[in-house]
Amino acid sequence: MTTLNELTLADARDGLKAKDFSATDLARAHLAAMEKARGLNAYILETPERALAMAEVADTKIAAGEARPLEGIPLGIKDLFCTHGVTTTAGSKILEGFQPHYESAVTHNLWRDGAVMLGKLNLDEFAMGSSNETSAYGDAVSPWRRNGSDTKLVPGGSSGGSAAAVAAHLCLGATATDTGGSIRQPAAFTGTVGIKPTYGRCSRWGTVAYASSLDQAGPIARTVRDCAILLGSMAGQDARDTTCADLPVPDFEAAVARGVKGLTIGIPKEYRVEGMSAEIQALWDKGAAMLKDAGATVREISLPHTQYALPAYYIVAPAEASSNLARYDGVRYGLRVPGKDIAGMYENTRAAGFGREVKRRIMIGTYVLSAGYYDAYYVRAQKIRTLIKRDFEEAYASGIDAILTPATPSAAFGLGEKGSGDPVEMYLQDVFTITVNMAGLPGLSVPAGLDAQGLPLGLQLIGRPFDEETLFAAAQVIETAAGRTKLPAAWWA
Amino acid sequence: MSVDATTVRRIAHLARIAVSEDEVAPLQGELNAILAFVEQLGAVDVTGVEPMTSVTPMAMKKRTDTVTDGGHAADIVFNAPETEDNYFLVPKVVE
Repeated sequence: MTTLNELTLADARDGLKAKDFSATDLARAHLAAMEKARGLNAYILETPERALAMAEVADTKIAAGEARPLEGIPLGIKDLFCTHGVTTTAGSKILEGFQPHYESAVTHNLWRDGAVMLGKLNLDEFAMGSSNETSAYGDAVSPWRRNGSDTKLVPGGSSGGSAAAVAAHLCLGATATDTGGSIRQPAAFTGTVGIKPTYGRCSRWGTVAYASSLDQAGPIARTVRDCAILLGSMAGQDARDTTCADLPVPDFEAAVARGVKGLTIGIPKEYRVEGMSAEIQALWDKGAAMLKDAGATVREISLPHTQYALPAYYIVAPAEASSNLARYDGVRYGLRVPGKDIAGMYENTRAAGFGREVKRRIMIGTYVLSAGYYDAYYVRAQKIRTLIKRDFEEAYASGIDAILTPATPSAAFGLGEKGSGDPVEMYLQDVFTITVNMAGLPGLSVPAGLDAQGLPLGLQLIGRPFDEETLFAAAQVIETAAGRTKLPAAWWA
Repeated sequence: MSVDATTVRRIAHLARIAVSEDEVAPLQGELNAILAFVEQLGAVDVTGVEPMTSVTPMAMKKRTDTVTDGGHAADIVFNAPETEDNYFLVPKVVE
């Protein structure tokens, strides 16, 4: 029998509407599952009282026939979204105990539509990481394990808590953010679906900033349809974010059933990177065949500047981070560590409050923006960004509707296995996803099969600006053809 | 390009992050690994290419220059480590 927390979001919505169960039942089922899954460390903070209070309101609305689009749907919130009166840490010690007195635009939109908050989800510190291991609140653990092994695996990052919680049925869906792959890589690692929408689709207001020209919020959920439903509520215009697009939000859920007949899907040859495993190549070919069988034309394309996206990112993102994170100075919020004078106080506060990876990125950013290096590094990287974007524009102008690539170079790895000596080893995780952020495009990761060790692998679909609908349509074709990933049994409970 | 120990200390100071002596060498190694990785960008011909300034083509949103919000001093200082009368307190900067 399916327990309530194992329903899809769409089925839970229908069950609530049909009064098969109440929003309070649904919230309680999740809170119980969360309690048993604390070993996964997916949640930094559980908010059971708030969840039950919101569920009670939902039940009243449903009884009165006034149900809103997400009425009574329990969600997990990445702890990068400021939530009014609920501690928001960004995974950092420097924000320990920070209680925003405002609500992020994205979470505000979700509560406006009737969703229920279960708690705040673990993440890499300030969303800087690809394994959730930079969190100041401990590693999040994937619910997945290799066949016959009990080695703990990473859920990916930075939205590791979001992906782990969705895969382990600890929420029906979760908010996440993606600066270089932080939604798509964890979704791929956990057999879940995640979309980074077009830059500007969701407001960044009230979301803790990492790299402002790359950051974008999006959902992680268990099905393509569930993702479409959530994005429909998260997205929307907002005058408080000047880069938020003044565009109406399409009916993403309706796009899920559109199919791909008549579409042209591009396969970029530059993504066939050196040393790519035969498994990933086979998965990619299989995905292309699924789209072809559903009526799409598949064509090889060239995106010649692909290889430069990752190094250019490691100039642009740290540069923006060094500027954004200057605000953590021990004066306005968070940690303060005394020093011999005010500069000493700043330096001691930031030394104690920031973790290793964050310090590294702030320092790289400071260096590339410093006098004498600005043109050689930052301006050059921004020019290369123009070239990366132009590659995509030319592909779309030649009649390509969407692009299919692998989501990650491999399946999930074990805790502590990567990046301890050389940070670049971890950065390579984002080699397929990072181009999309550099060009501001929408990208979606959908599970497409398991590797030889029984771990999920994902494919990525990249779309035209503000055409998330085509991504949902194509992803549904893959989900239907590949079959929904069977999520692991609850070994942790 | 690579950084030496003196440059690491200088960057740390510019970034307002205290770095102890035994942290300098590992940081130097890590920063140089990143700088070596980004070195390949030098191979790209960027002649005549404009740097990206806007991710999606859009006109900067503007609004009339009027007060739209305010009067939340207590909310604003709520999370500050030290305050007095809705002011942020900092260590003495002028003798």
